[in-house]
Amino acid sequence: MEERKLSRIVWGARALLSFWTAIPCGGAELLFGGLKKHHVTLPIQSDTWDIRHLLVWIKQNLLQERPELFIQGDSVRPGILVLINDADWELMGELTYKLQNEDSITFISTLHGG
Amino acid sequence: MFAAVDTKHQDLLIQNLENILNKIKQNKTPLINESFQQFLNTKNGYLVSSLVSEFLEFFSLGFTLAVFQPGTGTQVHGPDRGNLAQDLGIVENENTRDGPLLLEVMKRCQNSNSREDGSSDSSLPVLHNLVTELPLLEAKTSLSNEAILRYSRQLVLPELGVKGQLNLSKSSVLIVGCGGLGCPLAQYLAAAGIGRLGLLDYDVVEINNLHRQVLHGENRQGIPKSLSAATALKQLNSGVEYICYNLILTPKIALELIQQYDIIADCSDNVPTRYLVNDACVLTGKPLVSASALRMEGQLTVYNYHGSPCYRCLFPVPPPAETVTNCSDGGVLGVVPGIMGCLQALEVLKIASGLGTSFGQFMLMFDALEGRFRNIRLRPKNQNCAVCGANPTIRVLQDYEAFCGSSASDKCRTLHLLSKEERISAQEYKKILDEQVPHLLVDVRPPVEVDICHLPHSIYITLDKLERKNLDCLNHLNRKLLEGKQITDEEMSFPVYVICKLGNDSQKAVKILQELSGKELGVLLAKDITGGLMAWSNKVDPTFPQY
Ligand SMILES: [Zn+2]
Repeated sequence: MEERKLSRIVWGARALLSFWTAIPCGGAELLFGGLKKHHVTLPIQSDTWDIRHLLVWIKQNLLQERPELFIQGDSVRPGILVLINDADWELMGELTYKLQNEDSITFISTLHGG
Repeated sequence: MFAAVDTKHQDLLIQNLENILNKIKQNKTPLINESFQQFLNTKNGYLVSSLVSEFLEFFSLGFTLAVFQPGTGTQVHGPDRGNLAQDLGIVENENTRDGPLLLEVMKRCQNSNSREDGSSDSSLPVLHNLVTELPLLEAKTSLSNEAILRYSRQLVLPELGVKGQLNLSKSSVLIVGCGGLGCPLAQYLAAAGIGRLGLLDYDVVEINNLHRQVLHGENRQGIPKSLSAATALKQLNSGVEYICYNLILTPKIALELIQQYDIIADCSDNVPTRYLVNDACVLTGKPLVSASALRMEGQLTVYNYHGSPCYRCLFPVPPPAETVTNCSDGGVLGVVPGIMGCLQALEVLKIASGLGTSFGQFMLMFDALEGRFRNIRLRPKNQNCAVCGANPTIRVLQDYEAFCGSSASDKCRTLHLLSKEERISAQEYKKILDEQVPHLLVDVRPPVEVDICHLPHSIYITLDKLERKNLDCLNHLNRKLLEGKQITDEEMSFPVYVICKLGNDSQKAVKILQELSGKELGVLLAKDITGGLMAWSNKVDPTFPQY
């Protein structure tokens, strides 16, 4: 019983995804179905969820068009900063960070206006 | 009697103008006079030209000013007389209102000559068109009684105190960009008694700046922003030294300029300038207080200060140019850069006074819509950073426009997706309208912009719906095409003209329509209108609003 609960947490993590101005021209709504915030429950999979997997999942499940404005290769495009619970993802292992239950992942794009 | 003289005058004038016109057509008289332009860019030059304008307008001869501003036609309006009088320190009364202001200036001249009073108004800021070596700031060791009174409310703060205030007076700050961030920043730095303020901007004041660039004013439209800012700041605190740079920050001058200042504030509005300022700050070892704002959001970080990361540590690769939105495309609520500029001022004052910053390895994000600030912990300095790392590959400044694939000065990017044959001018479209040639006009702007202004006979399909091939939109367009074809030859490809604000999105839309023609849509011939609705306003209908 205890073990099953644990596995659900590790493999099927719930996460809050927020998109801060990730996408130009009409804002994030263009790509993420009009929502800035997505509470998601990731499906159970044999491997643990890391950010690399999460990006693939976002591309397949949330991105509606023009993925090149968000994803480049297996990472985010230049100019997008990923935050894991309000910290720069580089401090947390970037693509290899293992998602914990109730994590908050934020994608922000740099602003340049003055 | 006057009427007869008038007719005669009119004939003579027309004859004279025709002579001049011929000279211009033969290009015998050069129209662009560099020394004149430079003169106009100075505060005094602006005042003199305003005086001349006012003189001509006083006698209803304002139309002759068209020569100076060919782009605006004959409806040239000089500055408001009230503002001009105020700028010159003339107090208007019944006597002065009988004549042009130039007369009052002459009277003052005569008066001062007769009094042999040597005092003149030399307090107007000087405009620099190049970087010059500045003398060192005077290192004050004590505060004057005036300074004690003036700064008393902040002097009593134990965090600042006399020492902090003296530190401020010994500090020089360069503000790159006198816009929505630079204005409030400069205002609070000047008010707090910073020693020297460098104000850099290559642009002139426009009416659509004023909702956020709060140091400028209606009466300073067309004058360089750096000068306009200094003029306002001088009234706030004349004890601060203001250095105005009316120039674009280029790799050629950046190091020489930046090394003369203690703290640099990036208030610019484009990616190449942000990389340029960052690299120059790293190479000269200056702290960089950087902020940005767009729509309803803002960001703030202090780079390259006491071991904190630099901009490149965070963003080694610039974003693809097509993903960058500027304020004129994306819009911005004026108070948002206002808030970010004030926060920038706070950090500059903390660094200058010796308190240090709170954002060395943090980024402050502000969401104005939710009223939420978030403090993001950032990565440390990257040992492999190309400019601030252990083995930097960037030791001299680069070509940043090439690096970022965008320009540091273009206020609006101009796309070239279509050939000349696929585009028509606003005037050509006017002719099509006048001749009642059957066609469709498709406006591809977002609804919020259509609400501001539109041409009444247009149909509205936003570019992103077209890109997504939205079914409702395609059906709508097809219905309109069929209606159109009923009155023309059905075999003919039906003309569709696409319009947007400036003629960039309309080109993208034409490309899509061309693909859809004869497939998802009926056969059509799509062209766009060069320069969009703003060209329509400039060239065809001056009553159509600009935004
Ligand atoms: Zn760096």
